[in-house]
Amino acid sequence: MRRFLILTCAVLAVAGSAWAVNPDEQLADPGLEARAHSLSKDLRCVVCQNQSIDDSDAALARDLRIILRERISAGDTDEQAVAYLVARYGSFVQLQPPVRLDTLALWFGPLAVLLVGGLGAMIYIRSRAPSRAEPLSADEEAEVETLLKTDKAG
Amino acid sequence: MRRLIFILPVVLFAAVLIGFFAGLGRDPALLPSTMIGKPVPEFSLPSVRPGDQGFATADLGGEPMLINFYASWCAACRIEHPLLMRLRAEGVLLHGVDWKDQPQAGYQWLQDRGDPYVRVGSDVSGRTGIDMGVSAVPETFVIDKQGRVRYRHVGAVTPQLWDETLRPLMDKLRSES
Amino acid sequence: MAAEVGQFALILALLLAVVQSMTPLWGAHRGDRILMAVGRQAAVLQALFVSLAFGCLAYIFVTCDFSVALAAQHSNTAQPTAYRFAATWGNHEGSMLLWVLILALCGGVLAAFGGTLRETLQARVLGIQGLIAASFHGFLLFTSNPFLRLDPAPSEGMELNPLLQDPGLVLHPPVLYAGYVGFSVAFCFAVAALIEGRVDAAWARWVRPWVLAAWIPLTLGITLGSAWAYYELGWGGWWFWDPVENASLMPWLLGTALLHSALVLERRGALVSWTVLLCILTFSLSLVGTFLVRSGILTSVHAFAVDPKRGVYVLGIIALTTGLSLALYAWRAPAIRSGALFQPLSREGGITLNNLFLTALTATVFLGTFSPVFIEMLNNDKISVGPPYYARTFVPLAFVLLLLVVFGPMLNWKRDDWRATLVRIRVPAALAAGVLLLGLIANGLAGVITAGGLGLAAWLLAGSVLVLARRWWAGRAYLGRAIRTTPRALYGLTLAHAGLGLLALGITGVTAWESDKVLNMRLGDTVAFAGRTLTLSAFETVTGPNYEARQARFTVTGQGKPYMLSSEKRFYASAQTQTTEAGIRVTPLGNLYVSVGEESPQGVVVRLWDHPLIVWIWIGGFVMALGGAVSLSDRRLRLGAAVKAVPAAAQPVAAE
Repeated sequence: MRRFLILTCAVLAVAGSAWAVNPDEQLADPGLEARAHSLSKDLRCVVCQNQSIDDSDAALARDLRIILRERISAGDTDEQAVAYLVARYGSFVQLQPPVRLDTLALWFGPLAVLLVGGLGAMIYIRSRAPSRAEPLSADEEAEVETLLKTDKAG
Repeated sequence: MRRLIFILPVVLFAAVLIGFFAGLGRDPALLPSTMIGKPVPEFSLPSVRPGDQGFATADLGGEPMLINFYASWCAACRIEHPLLMRLRAEGVLLHGVDWKDQPQAGYQWLQDRGDPYVRVGSDVSGRTGIDMGVSAVPETFVIDKQGRVRYRHVGAVTPQLWDETLRPLMDKLRSES
Repeated sequence: MAAEVGQFALILALLLAVVQSMTPLWGAHRGDRILMAVGRQAAVLQALFVSLAFGCLAYIFVTCDFSVALAAQHSNTAQPTAYRFAATWGNHEGSMLLWVLILALCGGVLAAFGGTLRETLQARVLGIQGLIAASFHGFLLFTSNPFLRLDPAPSEGMELNPLLQDPGLVLHPPVLYAGYVGFSVAFCFAVAALIEGRVDAAWARWVRPWVLAAWIPLTLGITLGSAWAYYELGWGGWWFWDPVENASLMPWLLGTALLHSALVLERRGALVSWTVLLCILTFSLSLVGTFLVRSGILTSVHAFAVDPKRGVYVLGIIALTTGLSLALYAWRAPAIRSGALFQPLSREGGITLNNLFLTALTATVFLGTFSPVFIEMLNNDKISVGPPYYARTFVPLAFVLLLLVVFGPMLNWKRDDWRATLVRIRVPAALAAGVLLLGLIANGLAGVITAGGLGLAAWLLAGSVLVLARRWWAGRAYLGRAIRTTPRALYGLTLAHAGLGLLALGITGVTAWESDKVLNMRLGDTVAFAGRTLTLSAFETVTGPNYEARQARFTVTGQGKPYMLSSEKRFYASAQTQTTEAGIRVTPLGNLYVSVGEESPQGVVVRLWDHPLIVWIWIGGFVMALGGAVSLSDRRLRLGAAVKAVPAAAQPVAAE
């Protein structure tokens, strides 16, 4: 189903006609080109929204790739080059979301689930450790039964 | 306490569901502008009209105005063009930028359909548009008296948008000092 | 004619689903065997009528009856017959009908072959199944009717999206849907158990094959989808963390957790309410996955017509199924108790850890997929969550989980001993350490992640083979007999875990050593790339059944015998669309991937990729699915097989 989206982009591309990275865009310096290449893989195309500008055929993605290479050639660090685009199109263009107050749950949620879940699992296992689960006496059994019944009634 | 754990899933689900319902009407493809409240970045463009004065940052400010990005290859621009002509007739201060387009083609467009713009710049490389965060034409920006961006609309301007949003906003900006 | 028959069959199916949802539930409540029998018959009939409706739609597509709007929009006489047939489900309405068809078939199978099931449990499962079916028939008929007529009928239809005209499409959606919908059965069992207030080993024995039967096609479907994206999209990616892909990954992760926890429930009577919860959540994620992409919330929807009414309806269904079942869970699950003892260091302890990590991984994908929606509501800012996020969250968690995979099968049920376990895993551990060390020597400290990935692959492969080896070693005095008596489930386990090892190998290889090159080439030009030499030996226009193409053919030398590779850019006239067909040379060691781009006076743009070991990613996926299938064929898992008493089964507590 993802492919439907790609098609939308393919159609757009016919209008704007430029396919992913073209030889004429590439920088002569292989070091700089490699930096630009890897940076553009983590920047999202704003027209074809689910592709990086490195993969995208959209004309605007080509412009952004060229701008990125210009910034890098002009001596920008990776962060500065990315910031240049973020200033224009927002944090949306970063495929790696920024760590901010509103993205805390996103970044640390997985770890939180692991820790809370781990705690839950530990409590569960503890409650079922053999030493604690000695058979109840007949009196206790009856008491549990009444407790359970009152629980349900309430 | 034990019961609470069993209630947790349904509570979490309810929260997620509310989020889904609220998110339903939104357009996931629409990008918010980073320019709102900021001055328009420096630019100086040659005119689309041969022999005419260009369009530059110096032309901004003083009065609230609209900047409309268009292109001769853009389908949605055809839809909004009659409205732009109407705005021009009503005396709205409207400037245009022909984005990622050859000036000849952009000029021909104005010849064929009428020219609604006061100033109209030719942005062949698209850089002026990119500096303002334009991702596709048509896009329309509302600029206040200080030359700051106050509103951006992506897609064709509709009569409804003009009547309900843009005109009231421009009236308000006019009354600002 | 076919459209009317299909429409009528669909309406009948809706009515039957309503009957199926009401009578058995009431019958089970009252203990009325006749009402319960009516439910079974309604389920079988519903399956027949939905099959009829689907057959009608397929007939309409194959015969190009453009008086039906859906066919006119997605089928075309120039299209090959196989793709006209596949176009039946290559659109929103048709794929929904396929979804409902699989649901109805599940219900029919349950009704027809569930004879050994406790009658009231079967009735309740069918009733819940009927409820789900009825709500989706309603969705289909009221918002997405596939049989609407068009007047006047056009003489020619619009072509199916050319990207979808591919053998991958013929297989991918039905297989994937079989997985999604298959989890509905586990869901129905869970809700039925909550209504009954009892979960026992017999319940788990019924649920487990159904979960496995859904997990196998889902694994297969995801693998197929990834392979399809790789060769069809023209830039050689195999996983994009796209919302639609994530939507299939979430139920897979949670379904995998369920597969394991149901085992603990069956063998040890523990993790009872957790397993029930997993049943509910896995199917809920299937629903979320299949439908949220159609509601307009996420960007992937562009192509399926987005209709707010549909979105609301779908969310309504999710709200009802998941919401009500979770509410029921909150109310009834505390009453379900089991007296099982539980030691941390045991097979069940290992599976608990597995479930913990799989849940955290699911949560990661969920957060990554949906937090842009929530954050936008919070402060109107749009963020993107792409591969770099998952590389920092999902991958480390998955790495730890995969390290633990080898321990699980080495542990004994009930209780085990640390030292004994460590001794058991000494061979894979030594092997993995050796690979890690070699990797470090070869790549230096900078390649520590690569070395780690390769070590992990060796660890997983050796660890899974060890499962079989240990059993055979123990019975080495009578090896033939030991091999004969090895249960198929053990082969299944070995294959499934080994598949993970192959997956790790492929991912590590392509991530670490991938390289690419873009250049302009003219006829006769030669380029050296990744140890090979490519010559553009022909470049010409060719004509296909419904397209024209510019085809480039390359002669590749180096690394064995010379061979030809061709890539083409196709133009589909009636769809006004261009596609790129990549040329791919697949070998176990690595793929050479060539795709042609635009032509200019400088020549034609040629993109080259070298993808070392990438094919093992998909082989791994297929081996995992095969492992599932082998497991499913185990006698002990077969439906209705006689069962021996299971020690320490859950103690059912009547909750009336």
